[in-house]
Amino acid sequence: MRFKPAGVNMKIDEALEIVSRTDSGLVRSHNEDSVASDPASGLVVLADGMGGYNAGEVASGIAVSVVATEIKQRLPGENPADCDEATGEELGVSLLRENIRKANASIFHASKSQPQYAGMGTTIVSGLFYDNRVVVGHIGDSRMYRLRGEALEAITRDHSLLQEQIDAGIISVEDARLSRNKNLVTRAVGIDPEVEVEIHVHDVLVGDIYLLCSDGLNDMVEDEDIQSTLVALRSNLPLAASQLIQMANDNGGRDNVSVILVKVKGKFVASQGWLAKLLNCFKK
Amino acid sequence: MAAKLILSMDGAVLKEYPLTKERMTIGRKPQNDIAIDNLAVSGEHAAIVTILHDSFLEDLDSTNGLEVNGNPTKKHFLQNNDVIGIGKYKLKYISDQAPQSTPADFEKTVVLRSPAKQPAPAATSKPADVAGFTQTQSDLNKPAADAPAEKTGKAEAPQSAASPQAAVVQVLTGPNAGKELELIKNLTTLGKPGVQVAVLTRRPHGFFITHVEGATHPAVNGVTLSDQPHQLNDHDVIDLAGVKMEFYFKG
Repeated sequence: MRFKPAGVNMKIDEALEIVSRTDSGLVRSHNEDSVASDPASGLVVLADGMGGYNAGEVASGIAVSVVATEIKQRLPGENPADCDEATGEELGVSLLRENIRKANASIFHASKSQPQYAGMGTTIVSGLFYDNRVVVGHIGDSRMYRLRGEALEAITRDHSLLQEQIDAGIISVEDARLSRNKNLVTRAVGIDPEVEVEIHVHDVLVGDIYLLCSDGLNDMVEDEDIQSTLVALRSNLPLAASQLIQMANDNGGRDNVSVILVKVKGKFVASQGWLAKLLNCFKK
Repeated sequence: MAAKLILSMDGAVLKEYPLTKERMTIGRKPQNDIAIDNLAVSGEHAAIVTILHDSFLEDLDSTNGLEVNGNPTKKHFLQNNDVIGIGKYKLKYISDQAPQSTPADFEKTVVLRSPAKQPAPAATSKPADVAGFTQTQSDLNKPAADAPAEKTGKAEAPQSAASPQAAVVQVLTGPNAGKELELIKNLTTLGKPGVQVAVLTRRPHGFFITHVEGATHPAVNGVTLSDQPHQLNDHDVIDLAGVKMEFYFKG
């Protein structure tokens, strides 16, 4: 038995508008970034690969396709807000975590079995939207930002040497802009047999815009400029995405740059009663 | 490859010290990595901590203190060509070597294999920049002189073209006729949200107008625009939501 909650509720693919763009930039010959989205399951994934020759593309491509394919297969039939019996967590949380781990294992094994892929790895940032929330999983220095009202906030924290130095008080946020130690990630997908995925769950409000990006955006474009672009162009998401890429390229475009924008157009409450939901993951 | 310090007094170079250790001390006592036998220098005066390509100077509670480029400091993130002053002695910090060999390699991401610490869940936040409704602007291609804190990466970026000259949009018709809007920022939106909005972007090679929202697209010199950005020329006339405006370069 299912109850429709009061108020306007939308199916996930109606509630979200998703736009993605990726560009190799002005300097690099390869695009080692990969992006994927699946509106029907409320999933967005972005990865920034690293490794010689085309190994970076291979790593980011594996990461994005493993996560997208696996979650796409599971979600039409299951409710991500349900409890996952195996882990005692919400299914959406465990799906995201387990599939990023699976991507890690795939890349690690590919790099061990094929010499041309030795040492390849990738960052990943992924969002799974359901039940008026977003589960965010990330590894490395690809970011998710949230524009709420006119405030832009990074809701992921880089796994990078620089971020660790900022956290430890060794360097100030202002000085970090001058650091020559950029692009040193302390955690990546596919480098070790196991990886810890950082997962957070955030409430989502109608009107929010979520931005997933590779460091080719946030290294080239200041947060203030990302913010004013999203505010000015929030009514035209494809234009906002193109504008962000263009700004990175106008500033030098020295890296691949990828963005995924997700605009929340309506509520998307999970289709089950609140009591069932409450009981679900508190039973353990 | 390593950065170095050049010790001098009264303009005469005394010695060079490559920063090969993670922590190097400067002081009067001989066991310091950089020993300066002078009474104005404390026994252990300062230390330089180097983490990969970044070096940090800190005062070890010295009696006479430290200066960097003439300014007293307790702790300083050293930048190429900084001059550290200790009494009459100067130490010039040189780190002009590019960390990697080719420009294409410059920003390549590298994984550090050391075990990562568990980061705290909090995230950095920035206060909202409250932007105007009809005129949202963002600062991007500031001249280098205005932006001393510009990222090193950006400073090294090939500045393909100089920022375009100043430009203005002047309203020609309607109640605001005669009003001028100087396009000093990189992004300026014009029009009425929900009705018709266009954005003017300032890019290294000129100004562009792009349709943002609304059923009708803006026109330039009587020609309706597509969805693509359209470069503006001097004295172009823009027709937006029934209002005519003229774009022109200033000065």
